[in-house]
Amino acid sequence: MSVFAARLTGDVSRRTMIWLAALLAALVIAPFVVDDYLVTVLILILYLAYTGQAWNIMMGFTGQLSLGHAIYVGLGGYVAAVLFTRYGVVPWLGLFAAMPVAAACGAVIGFLAFRFGVTGVYFAILTIAFAEFARIGFDHLDIVNAAAGLFLPVAQYAHNDLWRLRGSPTMFYYVILTATLAAFVLCRLLITSRIGYFWLAIREDEEAARAAGIDTFRYKMYAVTISAAVTSFAGVFYAFFYNNLFPEQVFNISQSIQMILGPIIGGVGTLFGPILGAFVLTGLAESLNSALTAIGIDLPGAEQVFYGVCLLVVVAALPGGIWPWLAQRLGIKDAGS
Amino acid sequence: MPFEVYLNVAVGGVLTGLVYGLMALGLSVIFGVVRVVNFAHGEMMSIAMFLAVVLFSAFHLDPLIMMVPIAAVLFVFGYALQSGLINPFITRPEHSQFLLLVALAIIIVNVLLIIFGPDARTVQTAYAFDSFQLGPLLVDATKVYAGAAAIVFAAVLFAFFRFTLIGTAIRACADNYTGALVVGLNVNRLYALTFGIGAACVGAAGAMMTLIVDVTPMIGPTYTLLAFVIVITGGLGSMPGALLGGILIGLTEALAGLLFTPSAKSMFAFGILVLVLLFRPQGILGKRPA
Repeated sequence: MSVFAARLTGDVSRRTMIWLAALLAALVIAPFVVDDYLVTVLILILYLAYTGQAWNIMMGFTGQLSLGHAIYVGLGGYVAAVLFTRYGVVPWLGLFAAMPVAAACGAVIGFLAFRFGVTGVYFAILTIAFAEFARIGFDHLDIVNAAAGLFLPVAQYAHNDLWRLRGSPTMFYYVILTATLAAFVLCRLLITSRIGYFWLAIREDEEAARAAGIDTFRYKMYAVTISAAVTSFAGVFYAFFYNNLFPEQVFNISQSIQMILGPIIGGVGTLFGPILGAFVLTGLAESLNSALTAIGIDLPGAEQVFYGVCLLVVVAALPGGIWPWLAQRLGIKDAGS
Repeated sequence: MPFEVYLNVAVGGVLTGLVYGLMALGLSVIFGVVRVVNFAHGEMMSIAMFLAVVLFSAFHLDPLIMMVPIAAVLFVFGYALQSGLINPFITRPEHSQFLLLVALAIIIVNVLLIIFGPDARTVQTAYAFDSFQLGPLLVDATKVYAGAAAIVFAAVLFAFFRFTLIGTAIRACADNYTGALVVGLNVNRLYALTFGIGAACVGAAGAMMTLIVDVTPMIGPTYTLLAFVIVITGGLGSMPGALLGGILIGLTEALAGLLFTPSAKSMFAFGILVLVLLFRPQGILGKRPA
């Protein structure tokens, strides 16, 4: 245990610890301070921070660009939701089925790609192809209600039922906050371990990593399976928070894109980038929304145009993302970068 | 079902596939030379489709004739885009380029949404319901015209790359970037030209597509994906490969739509893509990277 603790906190400066503690404290007390609407916004932010962190294991640490991570969200959500609605299996137990299914799917995609030498852009498009394949497949799969969508029973609950994940947004907020924190800790442990160093070596120069004796195939497989398994929890959360699953939504490429914008804007390969990116992007979208409403512009699409322009500006001005730039100014060192 | 039905659907699929091929040709040319994956490709095509729809509904100009000026407009758009926005990104990592083009795609989709609204628009030409009869075959006139126009446009492009000095210079950039710099080629300008040519392809293809499908602002991402599938199936960077891939995917979609259900047709296209990536990652006509 002390080994883990040392890896978790070793060479983290006091200054960084204070910042992290302050942020965590702010997030813990947030639901008592802000209104219900802002709680749902915070849930979305943390959801994107969580999925961004999971995606970052593959792209940020290992350098494998996946553009089809929606497939793991969808599989996770559908497995847990089907088990719950048909057999009454609670989501926390359903997770033990959802994670292996998503991990197996990741392993299959990874095995095929890495064995057959599909890399770079080709790998990215292979992952899109699998996600699209799943989207259209689930659209025609009757046992999950096909395109009509799978609905979870919704009722007014007198009290929060954490075990069955039925309850108020505040409960879901703490669930996703805990999950985001867990993913952050997991990534920190991974990236400061032997496996993490091997991943970074593969990311920087795969040929050189192999020449140095790293079994690159095996470590890339670890990356894709861990990333897929971690992502699948987001699917379970999605299913029980929104109470519905449509293949058109969960497997959609826009879901994959939304998931990876945060880490890219925040800083690929950093531990804090996905979290910062999720805050910046969702905050941006929300403030654009209210700003446009305030000045009386009611054009569908106007908000998205500004959003796109902001993305352009950020990616042009800060190629490495916002976090590396900000961290330097705050005097903080990030283990991933 | 009688055999003629299959044959009719297959011929229709091949003709649509030629237009797909021309669209994908644009993506292939851009990737082959500039080495940037244009994630806004389908969105650029939707610009061309709306131009064709507006020209038709306002002035009754036939999309088949307007495809030339529309291609020219898209050429200017592509040229400006490459020289103004994308050029600094050509040495950046893939995910950075991806984000740039995704941002561009978001902007295009939503600007179109603001201007035209979410409704589907269509072009109803005088010959929309004509068809040619050839023995047992009954082929839509619009698809024949569109397919033929796609072949002509692609042929002009092949000739340009093969026989003109600028075309040769662009191929030189694609073959050897450093070598092109050493012999004094203005690579940045040639890249902008290439992006413009790729955009012109998708512009011409977009004008023709209005004869075959309805257009909405949301159509872009679907065609971006379709262009990827085609180009990778045929061989990223190979011009004949893009056309062949287009025909193959057009044919697959048409037959899958007939034999199974139309909504599942792109599943077969993605299935083909997965198989090609696994067994011939460089594509059917692509060269294996050295």
